[in-house]
Amino acid sequence: MENDIGLWSVLIAVLGGAIRVGTPFIFVSLGECLTEKAGRINLGLEGNLIMGAMTGYAVSYLSGSPWLGVLAAGSSGCVLGILHALLCQNKQVNDIAVGIAMMLFATGIAFFYGKAFIQPSAPHLPSIGFGNWSSSPVIKAALDINVLFFLGVALAPAMAWFLRTTRWGNAVRVVGESSDAALSLGMNINRVRLLSTMAGGGLAGIGGSYLSLYYPGSWSEGLSSGQGLMAVALVIFARWNPMNCLYASLLFGGAAALGPALQSVGINWGYYLFNAAPYVLTLVIMIAASSAKGTVRGMPGEFVK
Amino acid sequence: MLKTVEIWCLSLGALLLSMLLIAAFIFTTGNSPSEVFHSLYRGAFGSWFSWQNTLVRAAPLMLTALCTALPARVGLIVIGGEGAMVVGGLTAAITGIAIQDAPSFMVMSAMMIVGGGCAGLWILAVGALRHYRNVNETISSLLLNYIAIAVLNFLVVGVLKDPATLNNPSTYSIGEKNMITSIGDSSVHWGLVYGLVVCLAMWFVARRTTFGFAADVTGGNIRAARLVGLPVAKIVLLSCFLGGAAAGLAGVIEIAAIQGRANSSLNAGYGYAGILVAFLARHNPLAIIPYALLLGGIQASGGLLQRAHDLPDATVAVFQGIIFMMILSSEMLYGRIKFLQPKSMIS
Repeated sequence: MENDIGLWSVLIAVLGGAIRVGTPFIFVSLGECLTEKAGRINLGLEGNLIMGAMTGYAVSYLSGSPWLGVLAAGSSGCVLGILHALLCQNKQVNDIAVGIAMMLFATGIAFFYGKAFIQPSAPHLPSIGFGNWSSSPVIKAALDINVLFFLGVALAPAMAWFLRTTRWGNAVRVVGESSDAALSLGMNINRVRLLSTMAGGGLAGIGGSYLSLYYPGSWSEGLSSGQGLMAVALVIFARWNPMNCLYASLLFGGAAALGPALQSVGINWGYYLFNAAPYVLTLVIMIAASSAKGTVRGMPGEFVK
Repeated sequence: MLKTVEIWCLSLGALLLSMLLIAAFIFTTGNSPSEVFHSLYRGAFGSWFSWQNTLVRAAPLMLTALCTALPARVGLIVIGGEGAMVVGGLTAAITGIAIQDAPSFMVMSAMMIVGGGCAGLWILAVGALRHYRNVNETISSLLLNYIAIAVLNFLVVGVLKDPATLNNPSTYSIGEKNMITSIGDSSVHWGLVYGLVVCLAMWFVARRTTFGFAADVTGGNIRAARLVGLPVAKIVLLSCFLGGAAAGLAGVIEIAAIQGRANSSLNAGYGYAGILVAFLARHNPLAIIPYALLLGGIQASGGLLQRAHDLPDATVAVFQGIIFMMILSSEMLYGRIKFLQPKSMIS
């Protein structure tokens, strides 16, 4: 019987974790999705995430308002996105290499200026306790849901609608599908890509602020463990579809919550192995989602070349 | 010839520009750029002591840089040096522990073969996934880094843990007699020589052998390579294997020359710094040597910057990031500067 309760609480903790750990994934993967829809890969979103976490935390601490922190985190992400887009405007510059460089640079800057904010504690983002009806602390903890999660959930259909119906959304898709077609329509390819990379970078920054302002909820140098990079794989798995990005993010959140959930019921064996679960999952998914022919359904046409 | 001049001019220009940006960055922190640059020089190359520090750091960088540079020659951007170094070091440590009573020459050889081989297969898997299944090699190699580190952590706190190592969980020791010794009475170990030899050998392979030429053709245009009947799959896989084996050797050296046991020092960031070295060197194994020294020097001076100017250790990362971005930006100038171009036959 006791074992039964243990298993249940693991399941609830994993479901709660899907929401709690998955929220930053939603933002980063939607950001990457938008950037890739315009035909460019930004591998530097990991840097945006860490930078967003640092600025969000610092601004929240200095101003006392976590929402101002979120805004600052988004803006810092936008700046990094613009930098990436400007560097990549030249054909001879490889966008993946620039992404790696941006990641190194942004992480360095964030750690440099973040040194001063490791100790103090900043005001957190509010959450809504949906589990207050329950007396079980496990359910309470699992249903304590942050406001940013709902923002992320709303953002996914909004982005799908934006890409499908609006004029700007169509411009993004045309540029991503075929730069030649976009040119013949007289579009400014670089500007569309700049704006998409900027907006995508901003979303990743917001995702970062969630890390430092809600869960885990403090700024430290080991805060991100590659979520920004996994988002790139996640977008491939989601076939460049914003709604799928949302579901995939929740799946990843659950996978990442597996290790801590098992530890909380006293299963310590293999804690570090379970920590690798999201990475293994990503790899398996990437292998399954790829095809020997090189094209994947839903992939923006510019990547096929 | 003119092409080499072009590469040197543009790389130097990019380095100078990054120095300017770094100076501006230092200025914003309220320090004097000239004083910080002086400390940077003193901490990296100013004395025999700092030279030793730089050389010890440059040795693994040369090897991990090859993990990005060799696959890059066939057109793959692999950033799995960190994971390959962990795999190489971990498997080498297990080998060393298992046969530590054998003659030390045999232990060393076995560690190098097992460590290099396993790490080579680790990156070969990345190449195979790319070649046969079109899995993005950059992301898969990065995911493998995290997986390798998780396995390392799992083993050093579990089955392989030496109970005597409480604060920094590590495996059992491979035995004092099996360690790589220092060169003369310096603190520089023979691992540096391994790094130099491997870089030179890889330069020879890349520039002077049929295989190297075939790899460059494959990297330049894979369809052309297929058309002329090159064994593209073999070339891609072998390049990945060699790159992984080099990074694995860096792990073996870290175990056998410094730690004597496997622990988290294997994922201290040499793999990621190696990516930067490879791009600085434009994936030329010979050019990796001076750039590994430069990067090793910058990292070696981090301690001095912290003591003398109160700059946090992340300063070094900022410098590296600026240099990396400037070098990549300089790519757009190749073929654009008139007097560096060969005279065209048809004008």
